[in-house]
Amino acid sequence: MDHRPQAWGRPRDDVYGAYDHSYLQNSGPRQATQAPIVTGTSVIAIKYKNGVVMAADNLASYGSLARFPDVKRLRVFLDSSVIGFSGDVSDMQFLDRHLTELSIDEAYEDPSSDSKAGQLNAANLHKYLQKLLYKRRNDFDPLWNQLLIAGFDGDSKPYLASVDLRGTSFTSPSLATGFGSALAQPIMRRYAATEEDAAKLSREEAVEVIKECMKVLYYRDARSLDRYSIAVVTKEGVELKEDEQLEKQSWAFAEQIKGYGTQTV
Amino acid sequence: MFRNNYDNDSVTFSPQGRIFQVEYAAEAVKQGSVVVGIASKTHAVLVAIKRNAEELSSYQKKLFPIDEHVGIAIAGLTSDARVLSNFMKQQCLGHRLTYGRNMPVRTLVDMIGSKAQINTQHYGKRPYGVGLLVAGVDDHGPHLFEFQPSGMTEEMVAFAIGARSQMARTYLEKNLDAFADCGREELIRHGLKALKESLVQDRELTIDNTSVAIVGVEKQEDGTTKPQPFKVYDGQDVSAWIESVADNAEAAPATAEGEGMDVDS
Repeated sequence: MDHRPQAWGRPRDDVYGAYDHSYLQNSGPRQATQAPIVTGTSVIAIKYKNGVVMAADNLASYGSLARFPDVKRLRVFLDSSVIGFSGDVSDMQFLDRHLTELSIDEAYEDPSSDSKAGQLNAANLHKYLQKLLYKRRNDFDPLWNQLLIAGFDGDSKPYLASVDLRGTSFTSPSLATGFGSALAQPIMRRYAATEEDAAKLSREEAVEVIKECMKVLYYRDARSLDRYSIAVVTKEGVELKEDEQLEKQSWAFAEQIKGYGTQTV
Repeated sequence: MFRNNYDNDSVTFSPQGRIFQVEYAAEAVKQGSVVVGIASKTHAVLVAIKRNAEELSSYQKKLFPIDEHVGIAIAGLTSDARVLSNFMKQQCLGHRLTYGRNMPVRTLVDMIGSKAQINTQHYGKRPYGVGLLVAGVDDHGPHLFEFQPSGMTEEMVAFAIGARSQMARTYLEKNLDAFADCGREELIRHGLKALKESLVQDRELTIDNTSVAIVGVEKQEDGTTKPQPFKVYDGQDVSAWIESVADNAEAAPATAEGEGMDVDS
């Protein structure tokens, strides 16, 4: 057996065969991200009268494994906007560092005034991220995320928009990524189908809708968790709670579900 | 006989700590015809004297729009100004494209400042032979900046550069306290009066040799402000303003304002 230090902790060649070094070659064509690895599931958000509410659970999955159960996926930008990340977590961390840099530059812009005037608002930030993600897709090296951006636009109206890994972007009174677009969006549309409806919602109602949606997502989405973060963006700033627990769960309905799994119908 | 050995390039200091090439560039600014800029709480104006190379030629433009919200007045080498102006236009457009907003004026001015400074520190380059007054509005309101070939930029309440501009500056200093609360028309009249101070004995302001430009923010009925785009006025459009500051017409419109007694008699 090989006792040299460089062999410590490695699989033994005489047991497992020689290691296939072909994976580590740095010749050949450059490969960019082909698939996300560690992922976050749905982010959901809804506009209300005076702002926007956003939520995402605290789980980062490794395939179907619930690998990291304490990952915060909502990020505050300049105390005035919130970005919710779904998709690849390492790309989220890259974007997080990039946005930190951007916000520092922005803060240096006008150190004398402490007002928010002149700083990047949510609409500016959304436009910027859209260009960034579209640029990366054109490089065939996409940032594997779908983002929701919440805050206020230049006219101080609540703003909510989405960008995905291809740079596709749109806005809506309510938005959801991933499974949420199938499971949560229909529920949110019951309360805010149009901008007019959203403008009638109170903050309490909006938070309630979001909590309800998070619960439905936890019931139905196998990559989700019952610990989540929720952010409320108002003109005064961002209130972010990062360690919320889903309340009043009832799994009674589960018994009724038949047709797959181990049961015989 | 006594050749100056320290003015061959812009990278060599003289023993007195001066860089002659940069000082010569500043001298080129003084050869250009005079331009005046004033900023109030709501507006920024630029006014300029245009020169014609000969009796039969047209007058060289002095005021240029850069973007919706910024414009410049130039004194010195027009061709150098063109390079800077094109650069500023590109930067403003790029910023609009990536962030979806008007570029903050200070950011723009800092950019040309850095660009011009590089020319004073590299062998084989020469400083720009032009000075600029940059007027614009952003989320912080109206701004006026001075730019010098050395790369120095500074925010000003009111300023004049170009030939005989000292006379205009004296007028501006004398009336400094009045500017902040001036409306659009008042500000233009102050600008033209300052311009007149700089004129040579038997020259006067005409519709051919006078340019006026305005940018500002206007209060809406609902209390919000709306930017008023940068606009240059030439020819017949400036005749009313010229008449309102004419020596013989001084008494009539000026007393109607209840001000204007502040000009020296």
